[in-house]
Amino acid sequence: MTAEAIAINMAARASIWLKPHRIVLILIALALVLCAAFFMRWDWLPQYWEMGLMGIWRALWILAVTCALGFALAVPLGLAQASGPIWFSAPAKAFCTIIRGTPLLLQLWLLYYGLGSVFPQYPWIRESWLWPYLRQAWPYAVVALTFSFAGYEGEVMRGAFAGVPRGQLEAARAFGMSRWKIFRRIWLPQAFYRALPTLTGETVLQLKSTPLVATISVIDIFAVSSKVRQDTYLTYEPLLLLALIYMTITGILVFVFSRIEARIPVKIG
Amino acid sequence: MELLSPVAPGWGGTLLVGLLHSIEIAVGATCLGLMIGTAGAFGKLYGGPVTRDLLAVYTTVVRAVPELVLILLLYYAGTDLINQVLTAMGYSRVDISGLAAGIFVLGFVQGAYSTEVIRGAILAIPQGQIEAARAYGMPPGLMLRRITLPAMLPFAIPGLANLWLIATKDTALLAVVGFFELTLATRQAAGVTKAYLLFYLAAGALYLALTLFSNLIIGRVEAWSRRGMPSVKEAR
Repeated sequence: MTAEAIAINMAARASIWLKPHRIVLILIALALVLCAAFFMRWDWLPQYWEMGLMGIWRALWILAVTCALGFALAVPLGLAQASGPIWFSAPAKAFCTIIRGTPLLLQLWLLYYGLGSVFPQYPWIRESWLWPYLRQAWPYAVVALTFSFAGYEGEVMRGAFAGVPRGQLEAARAFGMSRWKIFRRIWLPQAFYRALPTLTGETVLQLKSTPLVATISVIDIFAVSSKVRQDTYLTYEPLLLLALIYMTITGILVFVFSRIEARIPVKIG
Repeated sequence: MELLSPVAPGWGGTLLVGLLHSIEIAVGATCLGLMIGTAGAFGKLYGGPVTRDLLAVYTTVVRAVPELVLILLLYYAGTDLINQVLTAMGYSRVDISGLAAGIFVLGFVQGAYSTEVIRGAILAIPQGQIEAARAYGMPPGLMLRRITLPAMLPFAIPGLANLWLIATKDTALLAVVGFFELTLATRQAAGVTKAYLLFYLAAGALYLALTLFSNLIIGRVEAWSRRGMPSVKEAR
């Protein structure tokens, strides 16, 4: 494609986006943003922006860790439900049903307040090396969010594993591959490609669940905005900024995943 | 165990009242969400360019921001706005009931999701059915009632059922703004009696029971909405 063709292509794309009514809408939106910038109070920003960055970092860290651990847990959960014997598939199904049938906030509080109040009653737990971690809030947050992600994604992986055509697996077996090799080379990659579009949605949902950890005293970006609201008695400004931050992160996540999705082979099955 | 008994020394009654409030909010929010969703879907499909763009902004923003942030924002902004309008019109300020505010907030969030579900379901209707209705000279209202809504129902029910389950679980988030529903009731009961694990497990069982019961009903409704259609299993 020549440079001229690319320029025409871009101009055509811009003309689709910049219709007259869109320009008016964008101008109105800009005016609203400018009004917010000038007429609302933002003088607290310099004092809190360091804390805010720390909060964003912590939210992203929790998101990454819980998604990775949750996916690692979702693979055996999905596999057990798709092809395991009953004593594997029944517990896996029960786990997914319980996680998906109760609110995450309740699971979080069950772990933090419930288990957190039971642990100190046993001296051997208090003397173990785990105790310094069990006294903090973030391990409970990580465990609760990991279980939640694993529960929802396990159900998706069940469908993805079951959706891989039998012929593929039979062909792999005919080649004399071992069971582990079939799983690693054929079954898991194909199931992963099938699950990838839903994985984007699940990750965004997980991002939207992270503010819940603020209710058990983990200082993420949501907790920072609550602190700003308490300190300055401002209601809207911190919340609007918070909404903007989450929208930005969501946009970046969706963009990154669409790039990954574009890389995988399209024709499967 | 006697802590869970429904009469006075036990806290079972408190939990059940909380559950009732949760269900009330979930039902109200789903109904409001369905109304917003139907209107939004028709706006997105048949509306003018400005309507479409505004609805796209609404669904995108609501689905990109965490429910908890939206609930806080709408809870404060909504009650504040109503009071400002009332004072501007010369009335005195009113206390918005938690129930109404909760239904409004969750319904607004649900509306964005159900807009997308219903839009997809309407698009899945075979085009010929709508054309046939137009050819018979049906006015739009009659066509909506007789053709579009019944024909889209089998496509929309699975997505809407999911939304109902999400709504029942999202009511828990209202505990953060201090609305008395099952999760907050549990927290109060647990805080007073110090039996944290017991009460959280009991509340979990209640939510789970609600979900499983809903699944039962949803299965029935789905079968009913698909009546007269070929089974999906046979088609594969």
